[in-house]
Amino acid sequence: MVGKSKAMEAAKEIVIKTEPFVVNFGPAHPSTHGVFRMRMTLDGEVIVDMEPVFGYLHRGIEKLAEERTYTGCIPLTDRMDYLASMSNNFAYVLAVEKLAGIPVPERAEYIRVIMAELQRIASHLIAVGAFLNDCGAFMTPFVYMLREREKILDLFDMVCGQRLTYNYMRVGGVSQDIPDEFIPALKKFLKEMPGWINEYERLLKENEILLARAKGVGILSRELAINISASGPVLRGSGVKWDIRRADPYSIYDRFDFDIPTGTVGDCYDRYRVRIEEMRQSLRILRQAMKGLPPGEARSDVPHLIRPPVGEAYARIEAPKGELGFYLVSDNSIAPYRFHVRAPALINLTALSDMMRGWKIADAIIIFGSIDICMGEVDR
Amino acid sequence: MEVDEVYFSSELDEAEGEQIEALKAASQESIPDPDKWLDEELKRNILLTSVDAVLDWARRSSLWTAFCLPACCAFEFLATEASRFDLSRFGMEIIRASPRQADLMLTAGTLTWKMAPQVKRIYDQMAEPKWVIAMGACAISGGIFRSSYSVVPGYNRLIPVDVYVPGCPPRPEALIYGIRMLQQKIARESIVEGK
Amino acid sequence: MTLALSGKEIAKQIEKQFPGSVVESTADSLLVKAESLLEIAGYLKSTRGLDFDYLTAITAVDFLDYFEVDYLLTSLRRNHSLLVKTRCYGRENPTLPSVVSLWRGADFQEREIYDLFGISFEGHPNLKRIFLWDGFQGHPLRKDFL
Repeated sequence: MVGKSKAMEAAKEIVIKTEPFVVNFGPAHPSTHGVFRMRMTLDGEVIVDMEPVFGYLHRGIEKLAEERTYTGCIPLTDRMDYLASMSNNFAYVLAVEKLAGIPVPERAEYIRVIMAELQRIASHLIAVGAFLNDCGAFMTPFVYMLREREKILDLFDMVCGQRLTYNYMRVGGVSQDIPDEFIPALKKFLKEMPGWINEYERLLKENEILLARAKGVGILSRELAINISASGPVLRGSGVKWDIRRADPYSIYDRFDFDIPTGTVGDCYDRYRVRIEEMRQSLRILRQAMKGLPPGEARSDVPHLIRPPVGEAYARIEAPKGELGFYLVSDNSIAPYRFHVRAPALINLTALSDMMRGWKIADAIIIFGSIDICMGEVDR
Repeated sequence: MEVDEVYFSSELDEAEGEQIEALKAASQESIPDPDKWLDEELKRNILLTSVDAVLDWARRSSLWTAFCLPACCAFEFLATEASRFDLSRFGMEIIRASPRQADLMLTAGTLTWKMAPQVKRIYDQMAEPKWVIAMGACAISGGIFRSSYSVVPGYNRLIPVDVYVPGCPPRPEALIYGIRMLQQKIARESIVEGK
Repeated sequence: MTLALSGKEIAKQIEKQFPGSVVESTADSLLVKAESLLEIAGYLKSTRGLDFDYLTAITAVDFLDYFEVDYLLTSLRRNHSLLVKTRCYGRENPTLPSVVSLWRGADFQEREIYDLFGISFEGHPNLKRIFLWDGFQGHPLRKDFL
């Protein structure tokens, strides 16, 4: 006993000299969601510093939009955050309608809200699935959530014929009215989905491994979250109750009754819980929207080539990843003069190196996954 | 611990930039499809032996994809992998992160010049025999982004492509059809002339 | 509902504090001189009653004679917003002061504007290209590119 403690004392005296080294977390990596590169400076396995490198999917969408008509830019917006195409379309057509002063019929507003909330659920399913995949629940929750997402994609397929890049919303409404089979199918989905969410929760909510890996990891404090202009679940996970659907309601969101889930600490677990609760609130909004769907036109009469007056407009929505805004400048021609996207994923990444400092590589993957980015939007 | 003691990020950026510019200058022409490389004489003389038949069956029934999933088509590929359009029944549910252990590169997404050296490196690291499926409009010709300043107009500027699957993104059924076409192509191959 | 503050009202307040810095004001926006941008931004952030603690977006537009850089500010506490514009002239090496010291969210957005427009931001800790590679010639979003 005595000898052992003496040895331990001696061991504490030894100072091991270490040297930091740089590891490239390359663009083609299974855990980075998309082509994202990080240059990490490591001391052993602890991250000392991290430099993100973007641009591997920069396709020049903002420049391409300047040579397309206003309606022709809608397919480009689909491909930015390709996991939430409906939301991208929604924000863009809101901006054009604000710029040109085009009204939208009631039925189209309700249809848009239904599509946007379904899209929110689909996007959060992938976000949570990929996060759990990174945490170590290899593929099982991800595949379960993809199964639910297929049901939502079936609904979208029914409406516009596409599974991923919908190009469904138009300036002044939506491109075509919903078919008769849609509402019964949506009713069936709404009946089953809460059961599926409870199924995921049963195994994961109090799971010890998930709690150990995600609780207290990657904390983003409230002040820093506001300072870096974070938005969406990242901001709400840090305790700031700011949701654009409530603070600055667009379309008809002021008619619906829903809660805004927030976290307390701002760690990865809080962001995960915020997303799960948001899925439940989206189901609530969907039920109300489906009940209130009025008959009428799906698109108002809009000229074929839209020519807004000279000026600028900024319209924003609460996309699944955060505040998605479009800033459009018009010079009274058929194409936008300037098409700028306020990409939530890029701005949420500002504090990534702060959140990762002091954690190990395995935690870095989880922190990165909990922010939920989509490289198409970061790089545009 | 100062970052500057360990590396200079500006040096790394410059080196990367030079690599990209060099690759861009060297990739101005499309690489022709692999079938055209075969000599006419050799084509007429190919007879498949029973060894070939077994090898081809083994190769086409367990194509393992390398990880190269830049953009939107990646999610249609993942949907094809998932439980509904199961790719496991073709032996392809494994996506290998290490290119050494993969034999199929399924290019799912737009290729930019900045990403091009990395994709070329992954392709070069794959061991023979290897095949490439260009998935989606962006992989075939640059797609909707063709006129952009930073997009490579099609993967066949850099690497030889065997099967082209059109669509934006292609539906999982279309992707499975493309994979079946590749499997038929592999079934016709012989070890005599190599790949 | 987020109240979009009137540019004219805020202009009066700012003129009192920093005379000569406001060039023009409309109901929607406020145009200020580039030299006084940083102090005006600091004033907007720290004054009680304005409290613009959240920078929504920064973007730039190329109007051939000049570059216009727009700052969309929001106050989470008071739920109001403001659009502040500034201009910089000259195509060779336009510069503006950076607001990263006030709002860190400006970090990547200013780098993006530098990359795509060529406008430099003084005081930015890490001003280098973000989307395009080192060695790319030109600034793509300028109207005279390609």
